[in-house]
Amino acid sequence: MRWPVLVPLALFVVLLGFFGVRLAKMNEGDMPDDIKTVLIDKPAPDFTLPPLVEGGPAFSSTEFKGKVTLVNFFASWCVPCRGEHPLLAQLSDKVQLVGIAYKNKPEEATAWLAGLGNPYKMVVTDLDGRVAIDFGLYGVPESYLIDRDGRIRYAWKKPFTPDEIQHTLLPLIAELSK
Amino acid sequence: MRRVVVALLAGLAAASAFAVQPDEMLPDPALEARAREISRDLRCLVCQNQSIDDSDAPLARDLRLLLRQRLTAGDSNEQARQFLVDRYGDYVLLKPPLKTTTLVLWFGPLLLLLGGAAAAFAVYRQRRLKPAADILSPEEKARLDRLLKDDVAP
Repeated sequence: MRWPVLVPLALFVVLLGFFGVRLAKMNEGDMPDDIKTVLIDKPAPDFTLPPLVEGGPAFSSTEFKGKVTLVNFFASWCVPCRGEHPLLAQLSDKVQLVGIAYKNKPEEATAWLAGLGNPYKMVVTDLDGRVAIDFGLYGVPESYLIDRDGRIRYAWKKPFTPDEIQHTLLPLIAELSK
Repeated sequence: MRRVVVALLAGLAAASAFAVQPDEMLPDPALEARAREISRDLRCLVCQNQSIDDSDAPLARDLRLLLRQRLTAGDSNEQARQFLVDRYGDYVLLKPPLKTTTLVLWFGPLLLLLGGAAAAFAVYRQRRLKPAADILSPEEKARLDRLLKDDVAP
């Protein structure tokens, strides 16, 4: 048997295997251009951000202590945020829901929330996007679940889907809230 | 005509060369040169196959400014790079670091090349060992002899 002839065939089969696995993962929603966070189980960044509405409370990362918090970066100019927004209402009573308006004129973000409803416990504003960089954000919307010790336990770097909330986020919130 | 083409090409080159805006640049040329050098190796997370030095994305601009802040504050090139790796992971580096998880990435191509060379060598050797007589069947050989006999020298 002239075995060397089989080498390219074997390589081809291995390649097919790689492509098959990758394609199957894409079917499950794991896209190759998703960037995975490196902050899981690391302490959330230290920050203090001013309130979106003047006179409201500011938010500082010290307030993560003792409460399970979901930080949600959004912007009124972000179209996918509009799709995600109605899904956030069901989280209001399960978690400390903090909205961060990313690079958004305060009056525009305020008008947006007035129109679509405000599910957040508090809304602060990251005008220059500097705090977002500490979270490793590369596009809105992005969400980070932070445990009572102030550690990031979960990140979702695209718009939430009902499925993701039901099957991953809510169970995790329940577990961390025990 | 040629002049128009040259002008167009020059315009294109200029448009792509200057993602870095004048107001971002540091007054100290040495520091600015270091910033340019580092940012050429950092990936723009939005466009993903451009460096932040080339990209016009707003986030790339933010990262360029942040990098310059770090350098001005006294960070070494390595510290400034690590600052972004801590937030965005190794993916932010256009040249992946050599680690156990990237061994296949770095040495896979070399292995493929060596494997291909070995396979080619084996095939070549097998072919050379085979006696030439085997290549033609008896009928073919007879036909060739006939042809050669009929051939008249020019």
